[in-house]
Amino acid sequence: MKKFKKIANWLATFAVMLIICIPGLWVVLSAFRPNREILAKPAVWIPEYLSFDNFYAIFGGGKALIAIPVPAYFINSIVIASTSTFVAIVIGMSGGYAFARFRFKFKNSIFLGLMLSRTVPGIALSLPLFMIWGRIGLIDTKMGMIIVYTALNIPFTIWLIDGFFRQIPKELSEAGQVDGCTRWQAFWKIEFPLAKSGIASAAIFAFLTSWNEYALASNLTRSTDSKTLPVGLMDFTAQFTIDWAGMSAMAVIIIVPALILTFIVQKHLISGLTFGGVKG
Amino acid sequence: MTKVTLKNIVKKYGNLEVVHSINIDIAHNEFIVLVGPSGCGKSTTLRMVAGLEDITSGEIKIGDRVVNDLAPRDRNISMIFQNYALYPHMSVRENLGFGLKIAKHTEAVITERVDEAAEMLGLNELLERRPAELSGGQRQRVAMGRAIVRNPDVFLFDEPLSNLDAKLRVQMRTEIKKLHKRVKNTIIYVTHDQVEAMTLADRIVIMRDGFIEQIGTPLDVFNFPTNVFVASFIGSPPMNLIEATVDIKAGQRGNLLFPEDIVIPVPERLKNAVKHGQKVVVGIRADDLTPVNHGIDDASEKADLNLTVHISEPLGTETILFCSIGEQEIQCKMLNPYPVAADEKMKFKLAIDKIHLFDHASGNNLLGSLNG
Repeated sequence: MKKFKKIANWLATFAVMLIICIPGLWVVLSAFRPNREILAKPAVWIPEYLSFDNFYAIFGGGKALIAIPVPAYFINSIVIASTSTFVAIVIGMSGGYAFARFRFKFKNSIFLGLMLSRTVPGIALSLPLFMIWGRIGLIDTKMGMIIVYTALNIPFTIWLIDGFFRQIPKELSEAGQVDGCTRWQAFWKIEFPLAKSGIASAAIFAFLTSWNEYALASNLTRSTDSKTLPVGLMDFTAQFTIDWAGMSAMAVIIIVPALILTFIVQKHLISGLTFGGVKG
Repeated sequence: MTKVTLKNIVKKYGNLEVVHSINIDIAHNEFIVLVGPSGCGKSTTLRMVAGLEDITSGEIKIGDRVVNDLAPRDRNISMIFQNYALYPHMSVRENLGFGLKIAKHTEAVITERVDEAAEMLGLNELLERRPAELSGGQRQRVAMGRAIVRNPDVFLFDEPLSNLDAKLRVQMRTEIKKLHKRVKNTIIYVTHDQVEAMTLADRIVIMRDGFIEQIGTPLDVFNFPTNVFVASFIGSPPMNLIEATVDIKAGQRGNLLFPEDIVIPVPERLKNAVKHGQKVVVGIRADDLTPVNHGIDDASEKADLNLTVHISEPLGTETILFCSIGEQEIQCKMLNPYPVAADEKMKFKLAIDKIHLFDHASGNNLLGSLNG
């Protein structure tokens, strides 16, 4: 009976996972098969052969000529996501540390304000942003996108990093200061190494937000100067045709770094590092 | 010579004053203990000496230097925290050597001094472990080692034993005393445990609500408490405090009238300190109120009391007996104890010369402080 229950559990889990995963798997599968097979009716479930042709094609190396500048989009995505993540982490670290360690006026209101700003859906900002960016000439620039993503990420990085610093007893920094550190040294030598995994998680989350964001980018970008990969996906839809194969290949290129980073976050979030320094 | 001087130290958080203009002079090599109930300002005072809290006004001197505006790192102090505050990401060896590394000592010097401290505290086996792999007592020893290694002018202890279990606490207490004997540095030690204070201190500073109530050697504060608070705080079990009225008839020495018509003569040494009709609080230590034939017999003047024992707490060599005078519960000590039945009536002897008299209104000792 117990065994039966266990098997039933597994089957149910499998069924649910299948429903969740099939679209994703289908995209990955499609990235490796020709358009003809993707569009076949009835569907070809088991691919006849797999190849990297689609990837060659979108990077301009295949037999078919594709007029989509994927490498440029890729570089834009990397530059915009990394820069905005870096800035958001630097500010998030300073802000998180301040919220965790210092007492100042309106601390709670400011913190609440930051959190409330997260409740505004990003797309609601697109029109005002479009108008302001238009006036000051930031439409279709990497800088424009970096500023937007940095601003979107800061409340989140502050919140997450604040939590990690809060877990580190302030006596550790005080002990460091008594031991001869300046406050700055105590931060870098004691508190930072202990909060490192938290800061890394915040960085990865911030990077993924920028990397995957579509709505705002689709409004504020125009050309290869600033278009990111998710926006670039739309280039595969023409008036009468959709290049599913190319689109799938590009989707895989977007997914893979995100997937790798997600695995890293998972490892980092489980951190028992602070245990033992002080009474638990 | 490292004296520590606190002069008119005030600490305010916003408008809330938590330490009210306190003065303490600490001699070179002295072991001073700040003791008091929680919230009395003792930890704040210690943290001001460490430089971890700003001083609102006043002056702190370590040696001949005014340190008011010096960062903790420039005060040449070591601090041992209640929760040990070991660096979790470093091994015991790295923890011990951290201060020396920051001070840019050579690797050879660091190794030598860390090994020396480890030897002194019995940490040799643990040097490569992380703090998480140590027991509470071991962690506290590492914290002490980290303080010793830097050879500071002053050691600051902030309730270092309160996270340990009772047995370990007694053991570590002895180790701290031994440590002081060996390193001979000035130590300022904060605790809420009066037993720790009595056993460790050269002098005790008793604090309440940001004021200093009394400063003195353990025996001074035990034998001559300046007020009711000190009397009830120092000593175990706490001093019995009973309200009474002074009754002096012309030409007589006078009596103290207790509830239940109990009358005790005013002690000889206190007869000039009281007036007829004055309301007083009488302080009686449990040791001075003992069942007949079960206390210390000396030649001092005794008075007889008949009391009913409500509860007895046997401790082995002695038994604490709970009785009452009027509404007031009092504790008495029986040496060479035998089993006592509940509600047994017993005859007690009170060592009259040992009682303390406090003013009913102010709570101050009627003899004034020890010195004045």
